[in-house]
Parts: sequence; structure tokens; C-alpha cells
Amino acid sequence: MENLKVRIWRGAEEGGFQEFEVPRQESQTVLDVVTYVQRKCDPTLAYRFACRVGVCGSCAMTVNGESRWTCRTHVSKVAADNRLEISPLRNLPVVKDLVTDMREFFDKWARARGRFTGSKTRKDEFERVSPESKERKRVDAGIECIGCGVCYSACDVVSWNKDYLGPAALNRAWTLVNDVRDTARTERLAAVAGDAGCHACHTHLNCTERCPKGLSPTAGIAGLKRAVLAATLSGEI
Amino acid sequence: MKNDFRARNHPAYWAFIVHRLSGVLLALFLPLHFWALGQALQGAAALDGFLRWTEHPLVKFAETGLVLLLAAHMAGGLRLLALEFLEWREWQKTLLALAAAVSLVAALAFLLNLV
Repeated sequence: MENLKVRIWRGAEEGGFQEFEVPRQESQTVLDVVTYVQRKCDPTLAYRFACRVGVCGSCAMTVNGESRWTCRTHVSKVAADNRLEISPLRNLPVVKDLVTDMREFFDKWARARGRFTGSKTRKDEFERVSPESKERKRVDAGIECIGCGVCYSACDVVSWNKDYLGPAALNRAWTLVNDVRDTARTERLAAVAGDAGCHACHTHLNCTERCPKGLSPTAGIAGLKRAVLAATLSGEI
Repeated sequence: MKNDFRARNHPAYWAFIVHRLSGVLLALFLPLHFWALGQALQGAAALDGFLRWTEHPLVKFAETGLVLLLAAHMAGGLRLLALEFLEWREWQKTLLALAAAVSLVAALAFLLNLV
């Protein structure tokens, strides 16, 4: 098989692309390519990964212009002409090469009140939540987020408004709004109701298009818009 | 770093562009529309003269573009309302295709003088 021509971002915010030749292999993933470059071509290349199987959410990068998880992106799917352009995630400060500083991404989960707040203790009985209930189904639709940052990187509204909480944090808030055990619903709805919250979404569906887990943060954000509207009309917030 | 066109190359983003562009163009057209209506204040002859001018084939063709813009903006708006106010559905792209089809049918119906 022909060699891959791979352009990889080097530097931080300022920098440029460096070109490498990487042998093409069967079932090769983009993460395999980056690992090859670091092991065989240039050990100073910085990148981040952990599980390699799509669980941990740490290897997301921009591949040929699109935000993707690299461990489960096959080269055959994205490099039709044997060319790859690999750069860090967008909308986040670049630390070095392919590594971004994800603090603001996770800080926004906290700002969207992304933490479960319950009223029971370990001495209480388990809460029974029917898998058939409307709320539980809504939670199921959004709960598999691995926090990879792909949606945040793909989102135009994050580029336009640095304070915008972003798709992942709002998706998290939506799953908690639908968690019948949670006791912080009102505070959470208030936290996502501001102009950096759910109403800032322009419904481009970039997040839904790119989410590697096939979730739709747009659906959660639309749900939050309705919930915030209802809470405002009823005087809850 | 910022995204380029490659990140935005998908149907829902095109729908956003169409909605935004049609909105801006219609807003630009509105003053012309009001001016045309204002001709009636100058008397029936002025308005009739203007209306005769709109029968010109080229103007008629331009009007088809206008109908397309209106239909696209309305269908796109209805799509957004459905997306935001109804429970989420998996067939969002079908909804999108439907909105595009309705717009084109409306414009074509106007062009072929069906309505």
C-alpha cells in the first residue's frame, strides 16, 4: 500500500504544519498514525490518548478539518487520497502540537450545574425509575457522553461567544433536569437560562453531526429551551 | 484555532445559511415592497403603471426568486419551530429535505403560473 502523507500541527496557537510519511496499514486508525509519527519520526510530538477504544474521550483532534475521536476513526474513512491533516481541537487553547487545554470545557460543565444533587443517603432504599418513563428515556438519549470535546470544538456559537456553555455541558444539564432523583432542578435551569446558556444555540447541529457517540446535544438544548420557558412562565425561575 | 468550511459542510449548516441569507435578502426587499404599495397613494394610474411593469418577463422571473426566498424562509422557520418545540425526532434530515422540497415546489408553482 502507498504511504500516507500526513500533515501535523506543530507549535501552540502560533505554529505550522509539518509533513510526515507514514506507512499505510490495514485497519489503521488516525491515532495509530499519530502514534507512529511520535514513536518513529519525532518523539517531541505531543498528543493525548488513553484507552484507544472509544471510552475515555481523550484523543479527539481535528482530522481533515473535522473534529473527531481519532482512536475509532479509520484512515480508510477519512483519507480517500492518502492525505491526512491532523490538528488540535478548535475553540480551546493549544498547549502544544495536538494537545489542548480543556479546563474551560470542563469548568463549563460545573457552571451548567452538571453535578448530581440528591436528597437520599446510603441508608435509604434505591429510587425506582422505570426504564419506560419519559424522563428516563430522555436521560438515556444523552447519558453516553464521554466528554471528548468534539461537539465543543465543532460549535460555531462557542467560537462567537467565549462564555457559551457549549453542547456537552448543556447536554449534561439536560440529563440531570430529567433525573427524577435530582433536587437542584431550579438552580440548574437558572444556570442555563442566561445569554451564554441554551438560548444562545443557533441550531446549526454541528454538535449532532460530529458527536462520535451519535448523541444529539441539539436535542437536549432544545429540551432545555422548553424547560426554561415553562419554568419562567410558571415563575419557578 | 478556528473551524473552516470543512467543519460546516453538512445539510443542517446549509439550512442555516439559506435561512440567514433569505432573511437578510427579504429584509432588504421590504422597503421596495412598501414603496410599491405607496404608489397607490399617488393614485390608481401610478400603481397600475407599476403593476404593468411587474408583468415584464424578467421582473416575473425575479419575482420567482422572491417567492423562493419567502418559501425557503418560511419552511426553514417552521422546521426550526418543530425542532425546538416538539419532542426530538431522529428524522431531522428528512424534515430538512421536506422544507427544501416545499420551498422549491412553491417557487416552481409560481413560475409556471399554477397558482
